Order: sequence, then C-alpha cells, then structure tokens
Amino acid sequence: MATEEMEQLVRREYTQGFVTDIESDTVPPGLDESVIAFISQKKGEPQWMLDWRLEAYHQWLKMTSPSWAHLSYPPIDYQAISYYSAPKKPEDRPQSLDEVDPKLLETYEKLGIPLHERAALAGVAVDAVFDSVSVTTTFKDKLAEAGVIFCSISEAIRDYPELVRQYLGSVVPQGDNYFAALNSAVFTDGSFVYVPEGVTCPMELSTYFRINAANTGQFERTLIVCDKRSQVSYLEGCTAPQRDENQLHAAVVELVALEDAYIKYSTVQNWYPGDEDGKGGIYNFVTKRADCRGDRSKVSWTQVETGSAITWKYPSCMLRGKDSVGEFYSVAVTNGRQQADTGTKMIHIGANTKSTIVSKGIAAGRSDQAYRGLVKIGPRARGARNFTQCDSLLIGDRCGAHTFPYQEIGNSTATVEHEATTSKIGEDQLFYCRQRGISEEDAVNMIVNGFCKDVFQELPMEFAVEAEALLNVTLEGAVG
Amino acid sequence: MSEEQSFLERLPARGEARDAEPTWVAARRQAGAARFEALGFPTKRDEQWKYTDVRRISQGRFALADNADFSPGQAAALTLPLASAIRLTFVDGVFSAELSDLAALPAGVTVEPLSQALSDNHEAVGGVLGRLTGVDFSPFAALNTAFSEEGAVIRLAPGTVVEAPIVVQFLSRANAEPVMCHPRVLIQAGARSEATVIEHFVGETDAANFTNVVAEALLERGAILTHYNLQEAPLGDLLVTSLQVDQGRDSRFTSFNVNLGGALVRNDLVSELNAEGAEAHLYGLFYAQGRQHVDNHTLVNHNAPHTISNENYKGILDDRARGVFNGKVVVKRDSQKIEADQSNANLLLSDRAEIDTKPELEIYADDVKCSHGATTGQLDEEAVFALRTRGLDEQTARGLLTLAFAGEVMDRVTLDAIAERVERAVAGKLPERFNLTGLVEVAALEQAGHAQEEGGHDRDG
Repeated sequence: MATEEMEQLVRREYTQGFVTDIESDTVPPGLDESVIAFISQKKGEPQWMLDWRLEAYHQWLKMTSPSWAHLSYPPIDYQAISYYSAPKKPEDRPQSLDEVDPKLLETYEKLGIPLHERAALAGVAVDAVFDSVSVTTTFKDKLAEAGVIFCSISEAIRDYPELVRQYLGSVVPQGDNYFAALNSAVFTDGSFVYVPEGVTCPMELSTYFRINAANTGQFERTLIVCDKRSQVSYLEGCTAPQRDENQLHAAVVELVALEDAYIKYSTVQNWYPGDEDGKGGIYNFVTKRADCRGDRSKVSWTQVETGSAITWKYPSCMLRGKDSVGEFYSVAVTNGRQQADTGTKMIHIGANTKSTIVSKGIAAGRSDQAYRGLVKIGPRARGARNFTQCDSLLIGDRCGAHTFPYQEIGNSTATVEHEATTSKIGEDQLFYCRQRGISEEDAVNMIVNGFCKDVFQELPMEFAVEAEALLNVTLEGAVG
Repeated sequence: MSEEQSFLERLPARGEARDAEPTWVAARRQAGAARFEALGFPTKRDEQWKYTDVRRISQGRFALADNADFSPGQAAALTLPLASAIRLTFVDGVFSAELSDLAALPAGVTVEPLSQALSDNHEAVGGVLGRLTGVDFSPFAALNTAFSEEGAVIRLAPGTVVEAPIVVQFLSRANAEPVMCHPRVLIQAGARSEATVIEHFVGETDAANFTNVVAEALLERGAILTHYNLQEAPLGDLLVTSLQVDQGRDSRFTSFNVNLGGALVRNDLVSELNAEGAEAHLYGLFYAQGRQHVDNHTLVNHNAPHTISNENYKGILDDRARGVFNGKVVVKRDSQKIEADQSNANLLLSDRAEIDTKPELEIYADDVKCSHGATTGQLDEEAVFALRTRGLDEQTARGLLTLAFAGEVMDRVTLDAIAERVERAVAGKLPERFNLTGLVEVAALEQAGHAQEEGGHDRDG
C-alpha cells in the first residue's frame, strides 16, 4: 500500500471526539475530606457510607502509586482533578427518554448508538451514565417483574442498603490498591445489579459510560451480585469526547457469584486514546475482580480494549467454590502512542477449579502493550486446571509487545499450561489475499479479525459486530 | 550493624600479599563493597527476588577459608570422570594446585587461577574483568567483587579448538564453621575458537557453605563455547551464580544448567547477542527435594538482527521443594529477523512442592518469531497406561516417564560422562517406590552395547 495513504489513515482523527455542551454542577479541583463529604451528601448517603469512604481515603493517603507496570506517564496531580460533576438540576431528573436533554441524545446519535431505538430493538435495558449521574434507566419495570435489581449504585445505597453493605468492598477491599482506594473514597456512580436466587435475567444489561465535563475524573463503582442458580450477562461500553487534558478514570468492578451462578461481563472500551503525539487521552486504571464464592459458579470476562492513552487493567477471578470456573477473553489493540498493561489473575482456591485465558494483543504505530497475568494454584485446589494462550501481533517496527505471565503452582494435581507467540502478519498471508483480489486493507482486517476470532465469538452478538468494526477503524492503515 | 556490614566486616586485611597487588584490584574491591552496601541484600520486594528469600545467606555468619586441604582420595571420588580434562580445583574458594591438572594444556590456551593471572600480567586481566558481570549486575555480584580474591581465567587464542573439556571444580568442605567464597571465572574465547567449560559444584555431604560465583564470557566472532553449570553441591550449601555472556558475530553459546544439589540455589544467566548470526542455546534441568530451593533466572538480549535463541528448562519438584524459573527474552528495537523460543516444563511430584514460573517476552521489533510456553502438571496418565499395558508396574512406569521428562534436556548433552552421571543422579533421586536402579543398569548396558556396534560414537547433540 502507498505509504502516504497509509499515513493518512493512521492519522485519522478520532471520529467519536466531540464535547457536548451541558452545564455541569462541578466541585472545584482538589481532594480532601470535605470533598468526600460533599459527594456523600450530594448523593444523600447514610453515615456508614461516608465513614466507609473516609476510611478508604485515609488508606489511600498512606499508599503510593504503583510503578511496576510497563507504562510511562507523568505523575498525576490528584489535587488538580475535580471529583464531582453532575448534569444540571439533578433534582428534576428525566423520568423517560422524552425528557432527556436532546443534546445528550444527540451525543449518543453521533456515537451511532441511538439509545431508545437500540434499547427497544435489542431488548437491552440501558443505565446510561453521562458523567457521574445516572440519567435514565429503561426497562426497569420489566426487570423488576423478574425480581432483578438494576440501578445506579447511588440509588442502591439509598434503596437497598443491606445488600450494598453486605457486598460492597467484599471483593475489592478499600485498601486493595492505590486506584481502588481512590475509587472507594470518591466514587460517584456506577451500576448495581442483584439477580435473586434461581433467576435468569430476562435481558442483557448494559451501561454506557461517558466522560464529558473537562477535568473530571470518572470513578464508577459497579457491583454485581448473582445469587444461587442465577444468571446475568452484563455489557459495558465506553467512548469519550476529544480533549487535550489527560483524564483519569479509576473504576472498580466487583462481581459476586454464589452457588451455580453465572456472570458474563463484556466490555468494549473505546475511550479517546490521545492524538498521534500521545497528547490527551484517557488514563484508565481499573480494578475488576470477580469472586466465585459458590460451588460450580462461573464468571466470564470478555474485553475489547481499543481506546485510552493508558490502560492498566487486570480483570481477575477468585475461584473459591469447588468446581468454579473463570474465563478471560481479551483483545487489546494499541496504536499511536497508546500504552496498555493488561491481563488477568486467576486465583485457584477451591478443588477442581478451572480457568481459561485467551489474550490477543495487537500493537501498531508507536504503541506499547503488555500482557501481565497471574495463575495461582493454592494447596487445596486439587485437580485445578488452567489453560493460557496469549498471542501478540506486531504491526510496524516502532511498537512493542510484552508478555509477563506469572505462574505460582503449589499443588501436584494441578495442570497449568501457558503458550505465547509474537509475530507479525505474514507476507505470504497478505500475498495470498492480494492475489485473490482482496485489497491490502481488507486483507489485514481479515487476518486481524481471524487472529481475534477466539475472543470475538465470546462476545454477545451485537457487541461482536461493534467490536469488529471498532478493530478495523483502530487499525486502519496501520500496515504497510 | 546491618547484615551487609556484618558481611563486609569479614573483608580481610589479609597480610602482605595484598601490598604487592596492583592498585586497581584494591580499588575494585572497594567499589564492590560500596555498591553492595548501597544495594543491600535483595528482599522479596525486589521483582527479581520475589520468590527467593536470601535470609539464609544474609543472616548467616561465614568465615573465609585459608587453606585448600582436601583428601586426594575423596576428591578423586567427587571429581568428574573425564579422562583428558584440564582441571582447576578450588577448595572453599582457595586454589589447590595439588588437585588441579593442567598437564594437557594445548598451545594457544591459558587456564590458570586468577591470582596467578594477576601476578603474571595483571594488565591483561584488568581490562576485561568485571566488564560484563560488574558491580551493578546484582547485589551478589557486587559482594563478589568486594571479596574478589581467586578464580579461574580461561583464554583461547583465535582459531584454537580445545578438545579436552576444561573443568573448574568447586569443592565444598564440611567445616566446623561455615565458610563463604566469592570466586570469579573469566572466559575469553578468541575468534573461531572452540571449547567446553564445565563449572562443577560438589563437596562433602555435611558441608553448609556459601559459594557466590561470578562468571563472564566473551565470545568473539565465530567462537563456540559450551558451558556446563553442573551443580551437585552438598544439600546444606548455599549457592549463587551469575554468568553474563557477550556474543560476537556468528558466535554460538550453549549452556547446560543442571541443578541437583544445594539448599538454596540461585542462578542468573544473561546472554547478550550483540551481532548478527549469534546464537544462544540454553538448557536447564533442576530436580529439588526436601526443602531445597532452586531459582533460575535467565535473560537473553537480542541486540542485533538475525540472532537466534532457544531455551528449554525442565524442573522436577518433590517433597517441600520450591522451584523458580524466570526466563526473559528481550528483542531490542530494530533487531529484526529474530527467532526466539523458550519453554519451561515442570513436574510436581508432591502436593507440598511449589513452582513459580514466569516466561517473559519483551519485544520491540515486528519481524520476529518469538514464542514461549510453560507447563506444569503431572505425568501423562495415558503414557503411564501405555507402559503398564506392556507389563511394567505402575511405579516403574512413572519412574521411567520422569526420567524421560528429564531426558528431553539431557539428550542434548554431548559429553557422555556427564549425561550418564546426571541420568543416574536423577534416577537415584526418584522416590524409592520407583525402584529404577535395575532398569537403568539394563538400559546403560544396552546403550553401551549399542554404542560399541556403532563404533562408539558420541551422541550427537
């Protein structure tokens, strides 16, 4: 392919970058106890919640930002971030889509996600998070009929305090790590899902996270609890408007699966990655962890990571119940100056626990990405099994791909396998396609999609289509 | 007083001999001591030492040996049965001329103790010593430099091919008070030279000494070096080895790292592939029992295009032993057309044994073929069954398969004497219930017969 054409494609501006002009109710930048108290008060939280936040804050103060990841970024000034921003007039929040600010709907339109249409057609209940306050929630009634609770975490703290109190922080404790502690102190929104015993959630649950107001980090907290023999599939997708200042995103996701429960958590992450010099872009420091507490429970993480300037993310499974299963399927694509250090942890505690890790990394441009994983087999995890495959594809000679798999095995009945390869798109593969009249661009897309197939087929239908398209856009022109 | 200081306190002001030394030697020792004090003993908070606790070393009290007395009869029993070997022997780090054998030294080859190399022509050593495995390599390399006293210097003139293996033997004695030694090994292989160097660690059963070897090898254009790190140290010994290899164009380095002994063993091996056509082949086998702890760290740096590396480490762990493997392959920017393979397979024979493995790839070039794999598990039940259908009892079948597991690495060994010795050692370590002795004898006899038929060829690598 002609180099110019290629460069042109690589330099394509972020098509989903724009700022919606909605006045925000924002606290001045800075973090101290009063800001936390303000957030707590603004959310109408009970005293125990405030205490919990403050406890996290005090732990955070004693911690230092982790430096072990294969990432480089300037130190973050946590006092320069505003920790709360909500669309104007939170008291008269819209009750239906008709009441939603048309500008907001327009935003979704631009993203190619007509919210109401999509919700209606796909049968998906959407808890749209626009900045920090849940704007609208659809299909709530239908879910309520099944007994499924699906609301923002703030509502949950208000309406279901016992449940929240029981599970919040039980998977990711306040002091788990630097970013989790920060999140615990200042989280402003996120989703809460509770699926009662024996219930299979009648539809796929979905939240679209957006970061909008300039300079506000977004700190969501998601908690999903699946009671015995219940099932849920949860979709999380993200895009962000273009801007110049780096935005911090430190979310925490906790999943609890009790006996025979099954949680499927899928993510498509397409936040603004910064421009070609690495300016701007989201800093994405996420703690995601699932606790397979009950016997025969199963958690499946699927992620497609194409955005963010920096990704620091390790969705993990604590396989505590006997015969519990953990899965991790990941496609990470980095281009430009993006950096990603991502992977998973599978902690096998119970007997006959199984885990599967399939990680596909594609690095292009001047990006750097690393798979970092841990498989730990405890002494009581008799008969535990793990299979790990992580492959990297390098496109261009200025990018880097790294693999850091840790295996800690303390049980002779365990079987652990790890395989990894790093290569580039074969000249002969390309030639073969070209010879059959397929353009180089299409051939590359085809090969890359084939490379990622193992992961894409784990995604729910509508996500899979979106993910493939996203991948093609991200890599457009990256090969020559 | 810190642990580091209590070690440095042992630095000898040992007499007049020091006054005759060139000043740079003293300066290097000082630099080593200073660096060691600054770095301190590694803790589990250091990523490179995450799984290895060195407190048995740092909290130990070790003296320095001042003689090389060792009964020749006993030494002969411990020495590798290699007929024509060139041999340097160190007893607790002290050179023993009596137990060394330099008679067969061909032209163009220098094999001598470091002390002698320094007194003969210190300038020839000064330039290269510590260039690779310097004080910044690790705290232990710095400690070694601080105590640097004795060691082996091996030099091959360009074009020299040495048939006889060069053995550097480290004997560890059962002393009343444990001792430590910090020997240094320097290998300079000139262009197109070829040699086999064996570092052999062995000693009296009750020994409990600390040996901290630092080695460096420079391979010039087209040089071929086969290096054995054969560790049969007594089960009470603490052993730390560091080896860095600098490889020139078209050079080939093959390493066999066999760890059978020692209470706490840590090996660092770094290969720098600096020019096109350089190849590194790293093979390892560790078998740990009881409460042995064996840690192998390897690092291969592909600094130039068209370089090849290949690594295969196998571990067998029984009882409460702990094994650590950390293999890292780095492909530098613009080092295209690289092939790098790495694999680590481990067999756990006991529920209380533990393996921590981390095969790492760090790649900054796109036209590469790199892969790594790590597996941990048990013997293949189908293979056990297959052998049982052929009339072997279960224990024998398992024993044989374990031996075969180790064999995948040992088959690469070209020196029969070593391959057999290790095979027997592994068979001897298998849990008694395996009772392999008889079978091994039969196999050995058959192999001997077979070899005779074929005219006694060495196995091919």
